[in-house]
Amino acid sequence: MKTTRADHTRNGSPSRKPGANIRAYRPVAIMLLIYVVLWIWWPSLASKSTKAFGLSLKEVMLIMPGISVLMGLFEVWVPRSMVEAHMGKDSGLKGFLIAFVFGTAPTGPLYAAFPVARGLVDKGAGVGTITVFLGAWGAAKIPQLMLEARFMGMPFTIARFVLTVVGVGLMGLIVDYVVKPEEMLTLAGATRQEP
Amino acid sequence: MVTGLIYGIVIISLGLSVVKDPSKSKKALLIGSRAFMKMLPALLAVTGLMGIISGALSPETISRYLGPESGYLAVVLAAIVGAITLIPHVVALPLAGSLYQAGAAPTAIAAFITTLNMVGIVTAPLEMEQLGKKYTVVRNVLSFVFALIIAFGIGVMLR
Repeated sequence: MKTTRADHTRNGSPSRKPGANIRAYRPVAIMLLIYVVLWIWWPSLASKSTKAFGLSLKEVMLIMPGISVLMGLFEVWVPRSMVEAHMGKDSGLKGFLIAFVFGTAPTGPLYAAFPVARGLVDKGAGVGTITVFLGAWGAAKIPQLMLEARFMGMPFTIARFVLTVVGVGLMGLIVDYVVKPEEMLTLAGATRQEP
Repeated sequence: MVTGLIYGIVIISLGLSVVKDPSKSKKALLIGSRAFMKMLPALLAVTGLMGIISGALSPETISRYLGPESGYLAVVLAAIVGAITLIPHVVALPLAGSLYQAGAAPTAIAAFITTLNMVGIVTAPLEMEQLGKKYTVVRNVLSFVFALIIAFGIGVMLR
């Protein structure tokens, strides 16, 4: 636990200045502008979109603070060595299995999983393992499967689940070959912690 | 329901954390809030985009194009719609169920459900910020291809 604390800000170092912070909101301003334009030229679509926006915003703002707290706790309490040992790039099938089970826990939409996956990467999890984790989070969550069985029937749900397990595992293997862990970190603008 | 569950987990784990080590817990909250502030602009922009898309693609529009007369093209179309939209499962699964009952091919529905869950074009900026550009592109493209494979596999299995 000695070195893993200082550099866990998810900031690339230059973006700490307040000016950069404001610049980060540029896409938000563009979105607002699009809404204004929609209201002027296409009010029927705009009213539907605004309603949908309100619903998504509520969902996002309800879930993300909780996920952020969990991330912080995860950061502080889970030692890097443990993740490296069980989900690292050499952990093979065992790592995939752990990642899959992790991912099926009922924990919200896929976008909530990205920061969690990033936390795992920072702690040394393999690229393929992360892919399995995201795949399971997206397509094999237990509450969602129950709902699917209710509306689509058991045969459909079981068939899709089995194929998804196989597909996600294969994807993990392929991604392991295509993307190197270093590419993931540098491109995400992170600073690898120095020893 | 999911949100309640998450906060249940948050409260229990935060409580345990505070009991074990208050200063570590404080640090955890600090890390969490910093991460949240960092994500906030992208989250807001993505939410705005979700709104526009959901407004433009109503469930009726979707069912008109993925209805009973679905061929190969409909499967691909279903996969694309699933990749773009961000419909919550409580809405998407009943819709899928009603399409299925109306005679839609399970292939198209499987493609839609799978890409809806695994591919996120609208949320790609969030993913890139956390996991890098190359990874995001590779994962989404692969997920799309595998969603089609899974869909056709289901078509074969449920024949």
